[in-house]
Amino acid sequence: MFGTSLMLAFREIRRHLMRSFLTTLGIIIGVSAVITMVTLGRGVTADIEEQISSLGSNMFFVFPIQGERGQFRPFDERDVDAVREQIAGVKSVAGQVDQNVTAIYNGQDWKTKVEGVSRAFMDARGIKLDQGRLFTDEEESAGANVCIIGPTVVEEMFGAADSPLGERMRLDNVSCQVIGVFASRGNVGGNGDDDNSVFMPLTNVQRRFTGNDNIGYMAVSYDAGYDNKAMIDALVDLLRERRVLLDGQANDFDIVDTAEINETVSNTVGTMTVMVAAIAAISLVVGGVGIMNIMLVSVTERTREIGIRLAIGALASEVRLQFLTEAVVLCCFGGLVGIVLGFVLSASLSAALGFPFVFDPFINVLSFVISALIGIVFGYFPARRASQLDPIEALRHE
Amino acid sequence: MAEPPIIELRGITKTFGEGAAAFQALKGVDLTVERGDFLAVMGPSGSGKSTTMNILGCLDQPSGGVFRFLGHEVQSLSKDQRSLLRRRYLGFVFQGFNLLSRTTAAENVELPLVYRGMGRAERHAAALKALDRVGLLPWANHTPAELSGGQQQRVAIARALVTDPEVLLADEPTGNLDSERSVEIMKFMAELNDQGITVLMVTHEPDMADYAKTVVHFKDGLVERIEQSERLALKQGASA
Repeated sequence: MFGTSLMLAFREIRRHLMRSFLTTLGIIIGVSAVITMVTLGRGVTADIEEQISSLGSNMFFVFPIQGERGQFRPFDERDVDAVREQIAGVKSVAGQVDQNVTAIYNGQDWKTKVEGVSRAFMDARGIKLDQGRLFTDEEESAGANVCIIGPTVVEEMFGAADSPLGERMRLDNVSCQVIGVFASRGNVGGNGDDDNSVFMPLTNVQRRFTGNDNIGYMAVSYDAGYDNKAMIDALVDLLRERRVLLDGQANDFDIVDTAEINETVSNTVGTMTVMVAAIAAISLVVGGVGIMNIMLVSVTERTREIGIRLAIGALASEVRLQFLTEAVVLCCFGGLVGIVLGFVLSASLSAALGFPFVFDPFINVLSFVISALIGIVFGYFPARRASQLDPIEALRHE
Repeated sequence: MAEPPIIELRGITKTFGEGAAAFQALKGVDLTVERGDFLAVMGPSGSGKSTTMNILGCLDQPSGGVFRFLGHEVQSLSKDQRSLLRRRYLGFVFQGFNLLSRTTAAENVELPLVYRGMGRAERHAAALKALDRVGLLPWANHTPAELSGGQQQRVAIARALVTDPEVLLADEPTGNLDSERSVEIMKFMAELNDQGITVLMVTHEPDMADYAKTVVHFKDGLVERIEQSERLALKQGASA
């Protein structure tokens, strides 16, 4: 019987192709909107997670901020040493300082920045080498004029043709030899190009560029086995003591935990995705009402047919099944078209907006199941009405 | 031992509406139909003939009285049980043909078999056989709109016959046809009756009633008189 209902449903839909399509438009739009929103949400989350992981995982960034009385007190190497020695769970601590410079090579110049770093910093931040080598211990302690340049600098100053390794370039008035190229680290935070940078040993940058032994921020990588909240408390205590802050005075430094950023951003994007998907889901309900409306029209139009079916011995339940099947088939059809449309939309939007396309089978299956359920819920009332018609009245219907 | 009658109505009443607006369409109808009979029901409009036919067709329930059909006490059956009776034992032919439009003749004839759960191929074969019986095999793939009135009514008869019903109920089967087609249809119905099918027909045309064996006259919700038709008299005369 169900097979017959299915066949009748397909025949009825084929007879009214345009009407069927318009009827299911609500479901199509609803399903594709939900899928597109959720897929884009997944893509954005994946994109942000990737960016955050390029910061390095299990890390604190510690940087000075303006204090209560407007003072701005930078850290220096002694703070770095104190953190390394006094906080349990710290794997490595590295300071960084940077300054904007003009790089000059072969008569052309290029605005970039010089970053004073160490092997420990590159390790903590997870920066990999593309070519060449890292600084040696001797180069780091002596402040040698060697540099590791970023992909943007290579592209702008050396072109693709020749390897920059071994070449000498000038940063403002300081000459340095290129010993390596670091792999692209992506864009973190979005202000400026993190690949447009030249690394030199920290002591060298302090001596030749900034002229003091201040550092801009500390990158602290920690053992994942330690409790990051407790470590932050210990870090705050240590730094307040070193900076002689009295009780009641606000911190004049800030600690950013990458694990926390990760969590916050994921949660935010997750919440937004659910909200937008919920709004999209409203159109699914509207689509269901559309189905119900057309099914009611269809029942009225086909009153005589229903009368004939009842007269020749169809049970009420069989008539109900026929109309219910028709509604469900319509909704499933809408669901399938919606899934295809959602796939195309989310894939092309992801590509256009530069997010990774993360196909989520769960939301696709869920959308399909929900559209079938909508068919059952909104198809039931018209189907029941059809099954309860009086055959005598129905046969007289013009 | 005589075979029990196929249909027995005892004191059937039917009231429409309630209270002051109530209208009693049937006031106690008694009628017995033997197997193999061809009954023509006649009477002016409002006499209760259509109401009686609806009850006989198990489409409507009487307000009172006893309706025995093949041993079933129909007045106490549920809606679904009555549907099953229609499905198994009854074939309907309507004045307005009542075919599904945009559906071929063969598919229309197949319809009752669908509800009997018959397989597709088997169904189609049976439909073609029934269409052949009414002489419409070449029109099997035509839709009602492509057929004449007489042809449409023959498709409807084929639909009623395809299930090999015990009883064929016809409500003004020639009402929408010209006299030539009417005679054609009536001859066919008489033929079916000769083959053993019990036929109950409502008509207001005495010419059509002549094809029946028994004519029942209704008046004011009651059976006024029952008489043997001329055809039967002729037949009996011939055999005597």
